[in-house]
Amino acid sequence: MSEAPLLEIKDLSVEFKIYGGVLKVLDGVNFHVHTGEKVGLVGETGCGKTTTMKSILRILPMPPARIPSGQILFKGQDLLRMKDQQMRKVRGRGISMIFQDPTAALNPVFTIGQQLTPVIQSSLRNEDRPSRAELRQRAIAPLREVALADPERLLRSYPIQLSGGMRQRVCIGMALATNPELLIADEPGTSLDVTIQDQVLRLLHDLVEKKRTSVILITHTLGVVRQMADRVYVMYAGNMVEVAPTRKLFQNPLHPYTQGLMEAVPKLTGGGVAHGIPGRIPDYLNPPTGCRFHTRCPHVMEVCRQQKPPFFKVEEDHQVACFLYEPKEPKR
Amino acid sequence: MSEDILVVRDLKKHFLIGYAGRIRREPITVKAVDGVSFSVRQGETYGLVGESGSGKSTIAYMTVGMYQPTTGSMQFRGQNLFANGFNRPSSLRKEIQIVFQDPGSSLNPRRTIRQILELPLRIHQPEADPLEEVIRLLDMVELPPEYLHKYPQMLSGGEKQIVAVARALATHPSLVILDEPTSALDVSVQGKIINLLLRLQREFQLTYLFITHDLSLMRNVASRVAIMYLGKVCEVAEAAEFFANPQHPYTRMLLSSIPVVSEAEAAARPEKIISTGEIPSPVDLPSGCSFHTRCHRVMDICRHVDPAMVEIAPAHIARCHLFEQPPEILAQYRGELIDLEAVRPAP
Amino acid sequence: MTQQATVGELAPAISRQEIRRLQRRNRLENLGRTWYKFSRNPLSIVGAGTVLLVTLLTIFAPWVTPYPEHVRPFTDFPNASLPPSLTYLFGTDEIGRDILSRVIFGYRDAILMGIVVLGIVVPVGVLLGLIAGYYHGTWIDTAIMRITDIFLAVPPLILALAIASVLEPNLFNAMLAVTLMWWPWYTRLVYGLASAMRTEFFVSSAETVGASTFHILVREMLPNMISPLFTKMSLDMGWVIIIGSMLSYVGLGVEPPKPSLGTMVASGAKFLPDQWWISVFPALGIVVIVLGFNLLGDGLRDMFAAEGV
Repeated sequence: MSEAPLLEIKDLSVEFKIYGGVLKVLDGVNFHVHTGEKVGLVGETGCGKTTTMKSILRILPMPPARIPSGQILFKGQDLLRMKDQQMRKVRGRGISMIFQDPTAALNPVFTIGQQLTPVIQSSLRNEDRPSRAELRQRAIAPLREVALADPERLLRSYPIQLSGGMRQRVCIGMALATNPELLIADEPGTSLDVTIQDQVLRLLHDLVEKKRTSVILITHTLGVVRQMADRVYVMYAGNMVEVAPTRKLFQNPLHPYTQGLMEAVPKLTGGGVAHGIPGRIPDYLNPPTGCRFHTRCPHVMEVCRQQKPPFFKVEEDHQVACFLYEPKEPKR
Repeated sequence: MSEDILVVRDLKKHFLIGYAGRIRREPITVKAVDGVSFSVRQGETYGLVGESGSGKSTIAYMTVGMYQPTTGSMQFRGQNLFANGFNRPSSLRKEIQIVFQDPGSSLNPRRTIRQILELPLRIHQPEADPLEEVIRLLDMVELPPEYLHKYPQMLSGGEKQIVAVARALATHPSLVILDEPTSALDVSVQGKIINLLLRLQREFQLTYLFITHDLSLMRNVASRVAIMYLGKVCEVAEAAEFFANPQHPYTRMLLSSIPVVSEAEAAARPEKIISTGEIPSPVDLPSGCSFHTRCHRVMDICRHVDPAMVEIAPAHIARCHLFEQPPEILAQYRGELIDLEAVRPAP
Repeated sequence: MTQQATVGELAPAISRQEIRRLQRRNRLENLGRTWYKFSRNPLSIVGAGTVLLVTLLTIFAPWVTPYPEHVRPFTDFPNASLPPSLTYLFGTDEIGRDILSRVIFGYRDAILMGIVVLGIVVPVGVLLGLIAGYYHGTWIDTAIMRITDIFLAVPPLILALAIASVLEPNLFNAMLAVTLMWWPWYTRLVYGLASAMRTEFFVSSAETVGASTFHILVREMLPNMISPLFTKMSLDMGWVIIIGSMLSYVGLGVEPPKPSLGTMVASGAKFLPDQWWISVFPALGIVVIVLGFNLLGDGLRDMFAAEGV
């Protein structure tokens, strides 16, 4: 893919000011998504993935949060430098988001219809002014797309009357109703039962294939990303540490953190429970020098404590931010 | 053959949540647990698997005394757990403890770790020096004494759960209920907690009732597994047999839906069964076998008669019409009887 | 058990002194963090400062006021109705008493009323609310809450007036009236909090381990209610002072010649607008103290706010 990416994050740093100092959460994040691509972002609690996504949509609370450097280019334009009005146009129409907990994402005191129609309205052009009845008809289409039965009755229902799986589908419907070019899905199945999660993920997969929507799928479950994504980024403590096409990443994880994660997942084939990765995620007030993972790394070297590793290309599409993969200069 | 430490017989828990209709006022009940029987052997890890609405947490809460059953019995070493209702005697209380699912809310955010751990000690060991015991507890779970005066918010999720484990073990129980102990934690931390639990089990000869929805985890932790759906047990087997040879359609559906990380695991799963439909609400249970609305092997009898639990292999039982049912069950069915031999799945 | 310096043979040897030191360090850290949250808004500090200043004034009133004898029966007609000056900072009233001194002493009764009323209302109301909330759904809940509802159904000021007018007008009876109408609000507040909190896992955990009901109510649940309670208490101080002033304004509070802010405003009203200082300064006094408590309440709310980015 030599065309320019749909979304490109360049060297993004994000900080939060709190009691006792500054939390340096994101430390030079690089990330891109091409049109039609499904990119997975894997990372554990506190690694900064949600902060990254909120930065894209600029929904971070800006008083404690600060963006000292970096660019987020969407179709060539830097989102961070856009005016509020322009940004509002991007949200919902260019980039849409599905949140982790569909119960919290839907307003409990409004019906589904009352929440869906403003979304549709916002995506209409100025000349297009449908009547109330027409608007309601248009609201049915997204619900049908997400395979919800009896959409008319659903429009009149309140979120509490729906099951978790149905709520998540409504959220997906809402997010895709405006035909965005990029969809950010934050842990879309985590709060659901396994069989329902499976249904929802399949649905999502089919829909984005059909509409050629690009997707950023954020999750801490490796298995989910293996099913859904074309390419995967692994994130740790505010940095991207590895990126590769899905198959390659699972067959040959290179970064010690990725290897640790793969090992830590209990296997259906048995083999006991691995000990996980020792240590804790770093304190963002005083992050470790050099590579942020070095305090927990089984292969730590002296250089890791001093310098932050850049991305090294192990293969054209498989890059790792780890000094273990630094191409060795021939000595002399 | 070790003895049974916990024996559950036909346990039912129905919650009354309201009344329907203005004149007839029919009571509306949620049948959270609807006739469950099983036994747990001393020293084993008995796994309970199920999705939401299955009743597994309700069973956990009844075991530890938070709920009283509607009918049925639960015996711990021969003693009836519910003989005194909510006033369970102290000697029995200390024997059965629980680790809750959400470490964020199971530790009081306004109490220090020391206060949290001292509470069970002060109640059950009033003569001992609580501070010494607390430090010993922390050491047992590999936490340094510096944690004594911290508040739960200062701990990571994994550490909070470790404190919850220490608290559960403070009274030297024999049976520990683990309700989704690592579901809220990251996978890199999960291993630490699980290994800690396994080590403590060996050290103190504990019996675990392990509840989770994560089948991959269950595979590596449990000695026996029971799977539940809408308040009833569907299948029980020794762990290896359960995963190698699942028979109940729900078990097969669940196993085929879980995300895995390797080809080997994908191959180990049963053939993909696309799950259709929503999980029915426990208020309005389907007739006959409650799984029939989503079952890919559904037969007419399933819609009318609830199957009984039958043995299908040594130490492997399942509750499904695909397997030969006793005559009194079949007698309830008025439709055509199918030749079951023809539809029994290949071994 | 011998007197040990170290604790536990199996555990890593750590002395009791070390533990105390750790405890002190943690406490200081927590204090620092709490102060940080409180001081984010400068107005909170203004509020806290105001309340502190007024409290000190009331404690040291006899020594701080310029003319302490003016609060007892006293007349000085040659110096009556003097406008504010260097000798009488707030001026004098119609019988020659220094208004500044009387305002400071008036604060005494106001604050005293606040402390006494809240001192009774809070423990009683909170305890009833805890019990009713914990036993939500049982007859205990119904009994307590229906009584609470009865008290809440009567318009508060009417109730206070009714009680105060039946009894002799003095400070004690004014406090009694306000107390009787105030306690249900705390019960209501705590009832809501407790009935939600009783299903939390940390409560279940204490129950399964066999803790007493007293422990669960007071040691587990109550500490989690500090935030809304303290905020409400701080705002209520302002309200009690206002209600107390209202009662004395209509003559049902403190009996003259003892100074009461409300009475001073009332009796000074007839001299408006010419001798404005007789009425305005006591009124300002009320405004300042109530505003101070309100700002303090805002600060307390911020201080107890959940942490998290």
